[in-house]
Amino acid sequence: MQRSRNAYIVATFLAFFLLVFLVVPVFKVIYVAFQDSATGALTLVNFIDFFKTSLFQESFFNSLYVAGMSVLLASLFALPLAYFTSRFNFGGTLLIQTLGIVPLIMPPFVGAVAMQLLFGSNGSVNLLLDDWFGFTIPFMEGLNGVILVEGIHYFPFILINLSAALANIDRSVEEAAQNLGSSGFRLFRRIVFPLAMPGYLAGASLVFLKAFDDLGTPLLLNVNNMLAPQAYLRISSIGISDPMGYVISVILVVFSLLSLWAAALATKGKDYTTAGKGTGGLLKRDMRSFEKAGAYAVIILLLILVLSPHIGLALLSFGTIWSYAVLPDGFTTAHYMEVFNTSGEFITNTMFYAGIAALFDVAFGTAIAYVVLRTDVIGRKWLDYVGTGAIAVPGVVLGIGYLRTFNDFNVPFIDKPLASWWVIIIIALAVRRLPYALRACTAALQQVSISLEEASENLGANKATTVRKIVVPLMAGGMVAGFVTSFATAAVELSATLMLVTSESDAPLAYGIYVYMQSAAGRGPGAALGIVAVVVVALGTYLAHHFIERNKKMQISTPGK
Amino acid sequence: MVSLKASGKLFKSCLLTAGAVALFALPAQAIEKQLTVVTSFPKDLTTAFKTAFEKANPGVKVEMLKKKTTAGVKYIQETASNNSADLFWASAPDAFEVLKGDGLLQKYEVKATGIPDIIGSYPINDPDGFYKGFAGAGYGIMWNTRYLKAKKIPAPAEWSDLTKAVYHGHTGMSAPSRSGTTHLTVETILQGEGWDNGWKMMKEIAGNFHTVTERSFGVPDGVNSGQFGVGIVIDFFGLSSMGSGFPVEFVYPTVTTLVPANIGMVKSAPHPEAAAAFIEFLLSQEGQEMLFNPKIRRLPVRPEIYAKAPKDFPNPFTDSSIGAAVKFNVIKSKDRYNLVNAMFDVMITYRLDDLREATKAVQEAEKAQAGKNNEKAVAMIAEARALIAALPIDEAKSMDKEFAAIFKKKRKKATDKVTGRQAEVEQQWDAVVKGNYAKAKSLAKKAASL
Repeated sequence: MQRSRNAYIVATFLAFFLLVFLVVPVFKVIYVAFQDSATGALTLVNFIDFFKTSLFQESFFNSLYVAGMSVLLASLFALPLAYFTSRFNFGGTLLIQTLGIVPLIMPPFVGAVAMQLLFGSNGSVNLLLDDWFGFTIPFMEGLNGVILVEGIHYFPFILINLSAALANIDRSVEEAAQNLGSSGFRLFRRIVFPLAMPGYLAGASLVFLKAFDDLGTPLLLNVNNMLAPQAYLRISSIGISDPMGYVISVILVVFSLLSLWAAALATKGKDYTTAGKGTGGLLKRDMRSFEKAGAYAVIILLLILVLSPHIGLALLSFGTIWSYAVLPDGFTTAHYMEVFNTSGEFITNTMFYAGIAALFDVAFGTAIAYVVLRTDVIGRKWLDYVGTGAIAVPGVVLGIGYLRTFNDFNVPFIDKPLASWWVIIIIALAVRRLPYALRACTAALQQVSISLEEASENLGANKATTVRKIVVPLMAGGMVAGFVTSFATAAVELSATLMLVTSESDAPLAYGIYVYMQSAAGRGPGAALGIVAVVVVALGTYLAHHFIERNKKMQISTPGK
Repeated sequence: MVSLKASGKLFKSCLLTAGAVALFALPAQAIEKQLTVVTSFPKDLTTAFKTAFEKANPGVKVEMLKKKTTAGVKYIQETASNNSADLFWASAPDAFEVLKGDGLLQKYEVKATGIPDIIGSYPINDPDGFYKGFAGAGYGIMWNTRYLKAKKIPAPAEWSDLTKAVYHGHTGMSAPSRSGTTHLTVETILQGEGWDNGWKMMKEIAGNFHTVTERSFGVPDGVNSGQFGVGIVIDFFGLSSMGSGFPVEFVYPTVTTLVPANIGMVKSAPHPEAAAAFIEFLLSQEGQEMLFNPKIRRLPVRPEIYAKAPKDFPNPFTDSSIGAAVKFNVIKSKDRYNLVNAMFDVMITYRLDDLREATKAVQEAEKAQAGKNNEKAVAMIAEARALIAALPIDEAKSMDKEFAAIFKKKRKKATDKVTGRQAEVEQQWDAVVKGNYAKAKSLAKKAASL
């Protein structure tokens, strides 16, 4: 009885938080979707309009197509990288794990400019192709352009979650398979990959949801015929209150939940847990030299491809004028000088906001995953659905919702509206990035055998101790994956932040980049600030990995563990 | 909901206004030590004015809160009940109109003298006194010289040049629903060329588009990068890109409107005196002169300042070719504001691929038939052009208040009635437009093969 009461207390707290900071503010904005614009009465007529409008039908199928293809492309990028780093002993592992996260850190605006300068119809690559061979490739045109950018941008979701899951597999299962005569790729395909399925699915479903709901990429390519840009364009026009923008937002949320539910069905009734722990993950072997050369070739090729936006960004940040040319006209460090002189506060704010938000996401993600998978709280699945549903809420909607809900709520002691206190930015970031940590933590918990917890409790530990001493350490890999993805993406969030920033001294980096990218002269400094964001976040990621690796090694080398 | 809050705050705002009036009587030195400006202007402009203003008023700290125009409007709307902003400072007059309409601006009487009533043919200040113009800006065409040279494309001078086949796939523009100033360009063309001809020309220009950008700065950005060669932009984007060293040039076509960029005091501003001082500074000789800065480049509203202008700087007060050709009807523009935006989006933004393909087919047919004198083909091409240009509604309908109300749909009172829904109307238009473009394309293809 005690057990389930505690579970209810935790679940109630989680539900309360989600209600106050996600459901209510969002509903305050999107209720017009259910309102008859003529009479103000409740109605579903707007939804009927949606399904009758050919533009929206087209947008819906385009979004679906893009999301599906993006998962495919992202898997093509992520699988080889995850395979090589988890199966073989070689130097590049930490490098890949760090660089593999970088594509997630796409600073707003400047990332887009850099991509266009490299791959656009008159970008470096096409200028060279045209010069040498007399043809160009429309990398960045239409839906295919969106798929390419989404694939590059979001494949780290799969890489990180899959790597975490692979590292969590019990070596003895693999050894058993080897004893029975399985080896090589067959072993990976039949035994290892299926066991890592929760991680892969967590990553793939994030890529799918993100590509389906993503706004930035279609906007950067000026592709309008997809759902998220349709919603955004209709919501953010001056003085118009076309309910269709909010109708589309509702449909995005509902569809995201449906696809999540479908993904849950796919893993239902399967057991991914492994009881043996602390064995240091999969067996790694050394590669023969020709294998090593091949592996490096594949990895370097992939990394060049997925890091190309950042290579372009670096060129932009050091370039003087870059216009209709393969490379900038000249190079300078002036942009960095300007940024370092003026933007120190942006950097510290970003680290502080994104760091707290990500920690918070991991804590909430773990708690929700635990309540959902380990307790019998009624309606527990809804915590998962609502928490993940945040992924489909456009940042502007959340931003407006916060202003609307919390502007009249003055925080005690500081006597300022909650909506204009910097803490609200952290909350917004945490809510927007919660889905990433939540999926990662859920996947991690799916791999932990419940028998370990039962054993702990049989030995007299109470629930809290068991969670703290058994569950959390075993989930550590997934929690780090969740932290890293939440942190990296929160560090460059703009749409909700732009709504909520009330003073420059409270603003994060993304705001600084936005400010620079309002004028022709600001492009270089904006890019420099983008590079600073990337470097700082990458450094954070590297340290997190380094820390984990060291802990792991210590655990393995300690006898009796 | 909003009205409830507003009535609750009425008393408070009365008090504040009374306080503000009382404070105005004090000498000018006694302004508040703080000022919060919500602005959509770029750093180059805001930092310059912040620094100069703080220098002129020691001890005052200016907070420049930069938000996109749309976000800024939403921000002021949503925080009205607990307002902390003093000034709203942005380009688009329509954003100020929205705030004024919601009762979120307060009147301010400018003390500075010597500012004329109109720039080009547009009134500089809000006739009701809620916001003031501080700089003029006009739309024009900018192009990337490297791009045009490499692709052997001539530099454009007039809007009609952009309808030519040689520009196919090389031009870019923002959508009027995205940017108030772009809206004014479209409306200028519609008023200058007439409703039918204006739209016809607009669609012929759009048929050549490489892209319709999501934000207005996307256009100069694309031209500066060389992503596309020619962009329809507001002058300071072109002028400041040149000032920043990009290989670009800018020209005003004959049909253009000069529009003031504005500043207005937010209702129940916490620092009304500092706000007033800032407005006066902006309109002073010193403030106006700062607009010539190569990274800012906006047209001052004080005619005498132009004596100090850099070489080749356009002067709308002496050069009557800028912005004077069209007598811009502000009321007309305002009444059909959202309707024109919706039409542009349905016919151009969301159907750009269809429009482009149809235009391309027509241009190819014309090329194939050039000099052949095949009457049947000529008639078919003319029909295809007419199909592309066809509009779902005529001008009379666009001025029909009841019809235009469908696109506003901001119900002030629960008793306000609107018949018809925007989505419904847009779907009807879309079906017509899509069909026309497809028909035009197949006609043109047939004509080409004759």
